[in-house]
Amino acid sequence: MEFFLQLLVNGLSLGFLYAVSALGFVMIFKSSSVLNFAHGELLAIGAFMFLVLSAWAKLPIILAFAITMIGSFALGFVVERLFLRPLIGEALIEVIMLTVGLAIMFKGIMLFIFGGDIHDYPKFLPEGLSMEWGAIQIPSVYVATFVIGILFLIIFGLFFKYSSQGIYMRSVADNQPAALSLGVHVKRVFALSWAIAALVCAMSGIVLGIINGVNVHELSSIGLKVFPVVILGGLDSIGGAIIGGVIIGLLETFTGGYISTSLREVIPYIVLVIILMVRPYGLFGLVEIERV
Amino acid sequence: MENNIRLLLNNISVVYSDVIQVLKGVSLTVKKGQIVSLLGSNGAGKTTTLKAVSGLLKPENGKVTEGSIEYDGSPVQNSSPEEITRKGIIQVLEGRQEFKYLTVEENLRVGTATRWGKPYKKDLEMVYHYFPALLARKGNLAGYCSGGELQMLVMGRGLMAQPKLLLLDEPSLGLAPLLVKEIFQIIRRVNNELGTTLMLVEQNANMALQIAHYGYVMENGKIVMESDAEDLRENPDVKEFYLGTAATGTLKSYKDVKSYKRRKRWL
Ligand SMILES: Nc1ncnc2c1ncn2[C@@H]1O[C@H](COP(=O)(O)OP(=O)(O)O)[C@@H](O)[C@H]1O
Ligand SMILES: [Mg+2]
Repeated sequence: MEFFLQLLVNGLSLGFLYAVSALGFVMIFKSSSVLNFAHGELLAIGAFMFLVLSAWAKLPIILAFAITMIGSFALGFVVERLFLRPLIGEALIEVIMLTVGLAIMFKGIMLFIFGGDIHDYPKFLPEGLSMEWGAIQIPSVYVATFVIGILFLIIFGLFFKYSSQGIYMRSVADNQPAALSLGVHVKRVFALSWAIAALVCAMSGIVLGIINGVNVHELSSIGLKVFPVVILGGLDSIGGAIIGGVIIGLLETFTGGYISTSLREVIPYIVLVIILMVRPYGLFGLVEIERV
Repeated sequence: MENNIRLLLNNISVVYSDVIQVLKGVSLTVKKGQIVSLLGSNGAGKTTTLKAVSGLLKPENGKVTEGSIEYDGSPVQNSSPEEITRKGIIQVLEGRQEFKYLTVEENLRVGTATRWGKPYKKDLEMVYHYFPALLARKGNLAGYCSGGELQMLVMGRGLMAQPKLLLLDEPSLGLAPLLVKEIFQIIRRVNNELGTTLMLVEQNANMALQIAHYGYVMENGKIVMESDAEDLRENPDVKEFYLGTAATGTLKSYKDVKSYKRRKRWL
């Protein structure tokens, strides 16, 4: 029972992490119909940005975190402006090839600078953060993940539900010509979704870096997991991305805990294939509203 | 004289995809505070005319290739919709383009995009004042609203932008006659009370000419007739082709081949 609860907590916090980063992926897709194959590289860039600032420049952790967040937000903006915007209106395959190209380029640059080794962050999470209930021990990193994950989800939920900018973003995803007719800056919405995506990726990348160490290959392959997550959740559903993230996180930890650690990485993709066979639009894809 | 003109189309031509010419030298004038109606059958180029004004031709690969569009005295042809909406021109698209997955109130809030960050509570109250039906539905997803509610929603959403020139594309399309009447009354009130200048594209000439001050008739990408709304209402051709009543009050025979053909083309 304790083991079960422990896996549950680990799985949930990992799941929230996937959910948060999948949010970025879904947002780009919803607003501009672009599938971002550089998702994992964005995770890695964020993680390395934080590594440079915290371990190399030895900035205070909070400052390093804040700068990483701002820096990746700006990076997302620049990537959209420089690479994606010239391709607006081009065929889907060209845009996909572009994001694949971006992924290769980013990965190459990071390998050049940081090599393929595992780097470590300085230990900064206070031990007091870890929790104990009887025999269950939750390491501080999982507690932190849990808290940060939920915090981000709430912040984004509020942003999309109540803020004007969030509502404009949803309007573009919903009906682009109508949004344009009301003066919504559609291109700015695209840029903003890339910026937010890069930011949430950086956040997830840092936490994954704390858990597993910072490594280019590792982080970019974790980025691929966004596909099972969003396909489970439905490509166009933010709520679905969250549920999808949590399900994949739980599946992974439970497979790792009860079946075998080597199966752990494979399970999400097996689930992906099964889901695609039964429900091609994902489990939680938007229900099309049709009027009679 | 010059400065009571809100919009001036000066002999404009519009071409889609560099080859498909749709407007061939359209000129028209909209005075401040007026409702100007643009009538014409399906495919005449009415929507294209509105899109030329609002800048929405651009995303459809259309372009004003000749002539000029002046808004409050300065040229706006081929500007982007982002710029034009911020100058106060809002087009309410044909076919009630609501945001399905946004609530009614969220839909209205998108209407504030041209003045992001400014207060909008008063404007919401104003819209609910003109369209009380929306207030009752404000928390519902727009995708589940009826056609009449949606027409009110998209018009209210346009008003949220505090437009100086509101372009309405076929607001009566597919609505029951009673509802059409209600909506046209509201359009007239908006024009009277808020002073909003309106351009009203319609196939329902009967209703449009009841509230418009001035009217243009378009055929095949050209303006073929223009006059005060009253005169148009009395014009025998308009009566025959649009209002459905021949001047004599008797139905013309289908043997009158020429008239039959023309009628078909018009409707
Ligand atoms: N995006 C477009 N590309 C090419 N042709 C178009 C486009 N939009 C409209 N047209 C053509 O322009 C003509 C006028 O269309 P439109 O302005 O929509 O007429 P109306 O609103 O009066 O029914 C039609 O023949 C239509 O096929
Ligand atoms: Mg039309």
